Amino acid sequence: MRRSWRLPFSPWHLLLMPLALIFALPLVQMVLTSFMSSAEINQFPPKLIPTSLHFEGYRHLFSETHALRWFANTVVVSGIAVVAHLVLCSMAGYGFARLKFAGRGLAFVLILATVMIPIQLLMIPTYLMFARIGIVDTLAAAFVPWLASAFGIFLMRQFFLGLPVELEEAALIDGCGRWRTFRSIVLPLAKPALTTLAIVTLLWSWNDLLWPLVAISDDTKFTLQIGLANFQGMRRTEWSQLMAGNVLATVPLILAFLFAQKKFIATMTFTGIKG
Amino acid sequence: MAVTFAVTPRTQTRPAQAKRGPRGRAVRRSLTGWAFAGPATVIVVGLSIFPAVWAFFISRAKWNGIAPATMVGWDNYRKLLQDPDMIAATRHTLVLTAIFVPGSIVLGILIAVALNQRIRLIGFYRTCIFVPYVASAAATGILAGFVFNPQFGAANDILRTLGLPQQQFLESGHQALYVICLILLWGEVGFTTVIYLAALQDIPRELVEAAVVDGASKWRVFRHVTLPELRPVTVFVAVWQTITAMQLFDLIYTTTRGGPLNSTQTVVYYIYELAFQTQRLGYGAAAAYLLFIVTMLLSLGVILRGRRRGTEVF
Repeated sequence: MRRSWRLPFSPWHLLLMPLALIFALPLVQMVLTSFMSSAEINQFPPKLIPTSLHFEGYRHLFSETHALRWFANTVVVSGIAVVAHLVLCSMAGYGFARLKFAGRGLAFVLILATVMIPIQLLMIPTYLMFARIGIVDTLAAAFVPWLASAFGIFLMRQFFLGLPVELEEAALIDGCGRWRTFRSIVLPLAKPALTTLAIVTLLWSWNDLLWPLVAISDDTKFTLQIGLANFQGMRRTEWSQLMAGNVLATVPLILAFLFAQKKFIATMTFTGIKG
Repeated sequence: MAVTFAVTPRTQTRPAQAKRGPRGRAVRRSLTGWAFAGPATVIVVGLSIFPAVWAFFISRAKWNGIAPATMVGWDNYRKLLQDPDMIAATRHTLVLTAIFVPGSIVLGILIAVALNQRIRLIGFYRTCIFVPYVASAAATGILAGFVFNPQFGAANDILRTLGLPQQQFLESGHQALYVICLILLWGEVGFTTVIYLAALQDIPRELVEAAVVDGASKWRVFRHVTLPELRPVTVFVAVWQTITAMQLFDLIYTTTRGGPLNSTQTVVYYIYELAFQTQRLGYGAAAAYLLFIVTMLLSLGVILRGRRRGTEVF
């Protein structure tokens, strides 16, 4: 092949560089804008870099809303969701993969069937149900639906099915009970699957909006996502505060993503292929 | 089970227990099984199958949640089919789906192929492209409201630099839905890209090399070797993204709340308003069931179509 001229770099850069900027710059702008004064934000053409650091966005956000409380609520809800998922789904996954018990087939089919039922179908009866038990407007309303999921059970079951049984059999012969075998032999081997499950649950529960919006109307019980969404509904123009709230809502997960990028990507691939 | 027999020889010495043994063991085995699987099963099934059945009964009632419900049979469904708001919401949702699903597939393949090259800065590009997927829809919506702000947003600044006329974006009834499509793509393309990237790396290298040896051009290799290999993944991505688009709510809530003039009201947003703003629980549940059925049919259509085309190729 002959060419009269050649780029000094691969032509793929011409595609990837603009795309990378389109994807990343808005988030950079979000962080930078949260440190600007209102006057600076309302200029046209917009500035990317603040001339000096202003913390009024954060100060007003914390004094005028319960943002810190919302942040704590979100941490609690996601924390409970992740821990409960790890415990309950790994137990159930192990049960379905290794133990024979009456009703196993039916229970598993029912669990798989739930994957198809969307949230908008469930939210009305679930709201009524939670109202009857009296947990509407509490944090419990936000995390109870996140205690376990069909996806988690399925993921863990698939993982355990792929694990050789010999190790467990050896432990059982040595007189180890099922529970101890599970805890001290099987679980340590399941780390990769547990990491995937933890990341998915964290992502989905942290970012959940529709369900908490339905279940919680007391603004001291808000999660960050609904707190922000409702705050934005009232103060459409206070951008420094809105951006400060956005930073609070996204930066923890973005940092986690940057530090554990390989694991996040493996997780996303997994949800794609097995989900 | 042979193992358990081997370690409990006691059953042989006591014949009476041996008779009851297997049955008692079966019960105990079941108890152990349920102790492991029970809690998660109860939560998952109890919070979906039971409410889903209940939702069906609600959908056949006229009910505001307080006064006693009156059963109205299929009335809610009949009314929905003629409800102009429902029809408009369905149209918006379908437009969104029709743009978003092919868009995220094409962009996903394109970016995945680009990221699969051995060039410099690839790690940087990958990070930038995946990071929006981690951001919540609420934050994305608020950020989009800022970037597409007609007065001082970056989008209009770019148009001005290019010498193009200023736009209203989310504040225009004609543009808002398409802008939301763009925002949704921005947030979700990272996901399709990751999946395609993994699929690309799974294609056996010999396949591509054989085609190259046979003298096929890069484009032909892509068209006739790579693309057919990606088909199963594409079927999955199409179904997943169809469901995402058909059930879109978060972004609408944090950008336009269905406006301006209802031009971005999606079906799920309408259901939310019906059930939780105007307390028409029965009507809302019926709309949710209709959406559920349509989404299932669409997904099934995508799967069947993918299968048929798949067999034609080979």
